[in-house]
Amino acid sequence: MPQFTDILFFGLAGLVLLFGLLTVANPFSRNPVTSAMFLVLTIVSLAGLYVLLHAFFLAAIQVLVYAGAVMVLFLFVIMLLDLKEEEHRRLKSGILAVGSLAVVAFVGILLTTLLKAKPTASAVAGRLVEGDTVKLGTLLFENWLLPFEILSVLLLVAMVGVILLTKKDLK
Amino acid sequence: MEHAAVLHAVESGSKIQDLAWMILVAPLVMAVGTTLFVPRDRTLAAVFNIGGVILSFCLSFVLFCVFGGGSAQCTPFEWLPIAGLDVHIGLHIDPLASLMLLVVTGVASLVMIYSIGYMHDDRSYPRFFASLSLFVFSMLGIVLADNFVMLFIFWELVGISSYLLIGFWYDRPAAADASKKAFLTNRIGDFGFMLGILMVWSALGTVDFAVAKAKLAENPALLGSMAGIAGLLIFMGAMGKSAQFPLHVWLPDAMEGPTPVSALIHAATMVAAGIYMLCRVFFLYTAAPGWPGPLSMLGDLSAATLISLVGAVTALLAALIAVQQNDIKRILAFSTLSQLGLMVMAVGLGAKAANPSAAMFHLVTHAFFKAMLFLGAGSVIHACHHEQDIWKMGGLKAKMPITFWTFLIGTAALAGLPPFSGFYSKDEIFALALETNPILFGVGVLVSVLTTFYMSRLVLVAFFGAARSESADHAHESPGSMKWPLVVLAIPSLMVAWLPLGPFLSESFDPAHPVHLGDIFFGPFNHNPIAAFFGFGAALFGFSLAYSLYWKAAKDPLPTQLGLLSKVMRNRFYFDEIYETIFISLHNLFSHIADWIDRWVISGLMVRGVSGLVNLSGRALRLVQTGNIQSYTFFFTVGVLLVVLLARK
Amino acid sequence: MNVGLQHYLIVSGLLFSIGLLGVVIRRNLIVIFMSLELMLNAANLSLVAFSRYNSNLDGQVMVFFTITVAAAEVAVGLALIVALYRKRQTAHVEDLTTLKF
Repeated sequence: MPQFTDILFFGLAGLVLLFGLLTVANPFSRNPVTSAMFLVLTIVSLAGLYVLLHAFFLAAIQVLVYAGAVMVLFLFVIMLLDLKEEEHRRLKSGILAVGSLAVVAFVGILLTTLLKAKPTASAVAGRLVEGDTVKLGTLLFENWLLPFEILSVLLLVAMVGVILLTKKDLK
Repeated sequence: MEHAAVLHAVESGSKIQDLAWMILVAPLVMAVGTTLFVPRDRTLAAVFNIGGVILSFCLSFVLFCVFGGGSAQCTPFEWLPIAGLDVHIGLHIDPLASLMLLVVTGVASLVMIYSIGYMHDDRSYPRFFASLSLFVFSMLGIVLADNFVMLFIFWELVGISSYLLIGFWYDRPAAADASKKAFLTNRIGDFGFMLGILMVWSALGTVDFAVAKAKLAENPALLGSMAGIAGLLIFMGAMGKSAQFPLHVWLPDAMEGPTPVSALIHAATMVAAGIYMLCRVFFLYTAAPGWPGPLSMLGDLSAATLISLVGAVTALLAALIAVQQNDIKRILAFSTLSQLGLMVMAVGLGAKAANPSAAMFHLVTHAFFKAMLFLGAGSVIHACHHEQDIWKMGGLKAKMPITFWTFLIGTAALAGLPPFSGFYSKDEIFALALETNPILFGVGVLVSVLTTFYMSRLVLVAFFGAARSESADHAHESPGSMKWPLVVLAIPSLMVAWLPLGPFLSESFDPAHPVHLGDIFFGPFNHNPIAAFFGFGAALFGFSLAYSLYWKAAKDPLPTQLGLLSKVMRNRFYFDEIYETIFISLHNLFSHIADWIDRWVISGLMVRGVSGLVNLSGRALRLVQTGNIQSYTFFFTVGVLLVVLLARK
Repeated sequence: MNVGLQHYLIVSGLLFSIGLLGVVIRRNLIVIFMSLELMLNAANLSLVAFSRYNSNLDGQVMVFFTITVAAAEVAVGLALIVALYRKRQTAHVEDLTTLKF
C-alpha cells in the first residue's frame, strides 16, 4: 500500500516534468509569456517537492525568490522588449531532430546510470534531517559565514553591473 | 706530474723561461697595442712593431748565446688537465728551437724594416705592421711549443695571419681569392694534422713532445700498426703549410699579398713551419714502420720514405714549372716550392740516419737567401712601377747596383755555388741522398740544374741587356729602408754556412754521435766528394745552359724549342684547372643536390607542407564557425555527452 | 515501494534534460534563459535530495547559495539581453552571428 507522501511525490514529480516540458516546448504557443507562466508553475511544483524532502525553508525561498522576484524580472523584460516575433518563426526541423536526439541520448545515459546504481541504506527514518529555518540559519552563520558575505558582495556587484549595462548612454 | 720526470732542471731555468716568454709575447703585445691604441698613427705603429720584433731578436740572440746548446722545458700553465689528456701551455727550448728563433726574428725584423719603404704609400700601414707582428708571434709559438695541442693552436694562428696578410689588399678580388685559397688548402692539411695528433695521442696517451719521445725511445713499436698512418697524417699538416704536392697550389697565388709578406711567408714564417714541425716530431718517423690491415701491402715502406718521395716530386715539378714562368715573383715562388721539396725529401731520407739536420740546415740558409731574393724582387718591382714581367725589364744592373749585387748573391746561394751558404746546405742533402737513396740523389741533382737554370734566366733577362719597357728604363735604386735590409741579408746568405751549423744541429738531434768539426770551406769535398762535385757541376751546367739561351735574348726561345711541354710548364701542369674540374665541379654537384633537397624536401615538403596542412585544416575548420549560438550549444552538449559516456563506469 | 533518493535523482535528471532540450532547440534568448533556470533548479533538487538522504544540511546551504547566485545571474543576463536588444533590435540567436568568420 503506497504511502500518502509517495503518492504526493509522484503527483508533484509528474507536474514538474509536465510544466517543464511545456515551458521549453509548448506545442500550442511559442509566446515567451506562456513559457514564463509555465516556468512559474514548474518552480512552485518544485517547492512542493522540497517540502516533501522536509526542506521547508528552501521551499519558501524558492517561491519567494524564483516565482516572485526572478519571474517578475523575466516578465518585465519580455514586456519591455515586446517580443512577438517568436510566434511567427517556426522551429527548424533539423535542429529539432538533432537536438532531441542528443537530449534523448543524454536521458538514456542518465537513466541507465541511475537505475544501475543500488540505493544505499542511508534512507533510514529517524536519521533524516529537518531543513527548518533555525538549523539552516545557525549553519549558515557559523560554518558558511565567509561565503555568505562574499555572496552579498556578488549581489552588490551584479546590481551595479546591471545598472551600468542598461543605462541608455554609457558615454 | 708525468712530464716533470723529463723536465731537465737547469740552474738558471726560471730566467731562461722568462726570456723565452718575452721572446714569444713581445710581437703579440705590439700587434694588440697597435690595433687598440694607435690604429691610425703610421710612425708609432711602425716603430712599435719593428721594435717588438727586434726586441724578440735581441732576446733570442741572448738566449742562443747563453743557453745555445741546452734544452729546457717549462710548463707554467695547466690548461686542460683532463685525465689522459694533460694539455699545458709550455715552452720547449732546445738547439733546434733557439736557432729557429734567431732565424724567424732576424728575417722578420729585416722584412719589417724593408716594409717601411715598400709600404710607404699604403693607407693601411699600421694594420700591415700589426698583422706582421701577429704572424711572427704565431710562428714563434710554433717554434717554442712543447706539445701537439699548443703547436696546433699556433699552427692555426699562422694560417689566420697568413690569410690576413695574403688578403691584405682585400679590395682586389685576386688577393681576396688567393687568401681564401691559401686558407682552404691549408685546412685540408690541418684536418689530416689534427687526425694525426689524435692518433698519436690515442697510441701514446700524451701530447707532450718530450714524454712522447721518451715513450717511443723506450718502446719503438708503441705506435704499432698506426705508425705509418699517423706519420703520414701529421705530414699532411706540413704538406699544407710547406706547400707540398698535391697541396702546393696556394703558394704561387699567395704572391697576391704585398712582397714583404711573400718574403716572410717564403723564408721564415709560414712554409718553414712545416719543415720545422717535421723535425720537431721527428721521433715519430724513426719508429718501426707499421700499417693497418688494408694497407699491409705497403709492408716495410715507412712513412718517411713516402714523405721523401712526395718531397722529390714537389721539388722536380716546381722546378720544371719555374723554368717557364715570366712573373719575377712567381719564379721565386716556384723555386721556394722546389727547395721545400728538397727539404721534405731530406727529412724523409733523414729518418734512416735518424737525423733530419740536413733539412733544417737548408731551411736556415734558405730562409736568409730566399728572404733576400724576395726583397730584391720587391725592390725591382717597386722601381719598375709594379711591373712584374721579367721580359719587360732588362738592363737594371746599372740602374740598381745594390739590388743587383745582393740579388746575384742570393741567386748564387740558391743555385748552390761554393762558397755561398746554399752550396753547403744543399750538399748535406745530396750527401744524405747519395748514402740512402741514389735515385732521389739523381732527382736532387736534376732539380739543382733546373734551379740554376731558371735563376740564371731570371738574372740574365731582368738585369742584363737593354731595357724592354719604359718603366724599366726609368727605374732607379730603392730608398735606404729597402736597400739596407738587402745588404744585411746578403751577409748571412753568403756566410751563414761557414758557421758550424750542420754539426750543431746534428748533435742536437743525435747527441750520441757528435760530428767533429772539419774544415768548413772544403769540408764537403773531403767528406763526400761525389755529392759535392755533382752539386757544383749541376750549378755550372745550369748556368751555362741559361747563358747560351738567354744572354741578350729579346724573347724566350724555349717555347719554340720545347713546344707543348713549355706550354704545360707555363700553365703549371694545369693543377689549378684539374683541381677545378674535379673538386669544384664535384662540390658544385653536391651543392646542387643539397640545394634541391633543401628546396624541395626540407623547405617544400616539411616546412611548407606542415604549414600548408595547418592552413588547409584551418580553412576547413573555419566552416564550423557558424556564429550560431545554438550550434555551439549543440556541439557543447555532444561534448558533454561524450565525456559522461567515457567517465561512466 | 518506497520513494527514495533514486526517484528524486531521476526526476532531477529528467528536468535537467528538459532544460537542455530547451537550450538546444529554442531560439529566443529569453526562453533559452528560462531553460537555463530549469537546469539550475534540477541541480538544486538533487542537492536537496542528497542532503535529505545523507543527513547533511550543507547541501541545503549550497542550494541557498545557488538560488542567490541564480538571482544575480538572471539580473545580469537580462540586462545583457536588454542592452543587446537596444543595439540589434533582436533577441534571436539566429540574428546574432558576429562570431561567424
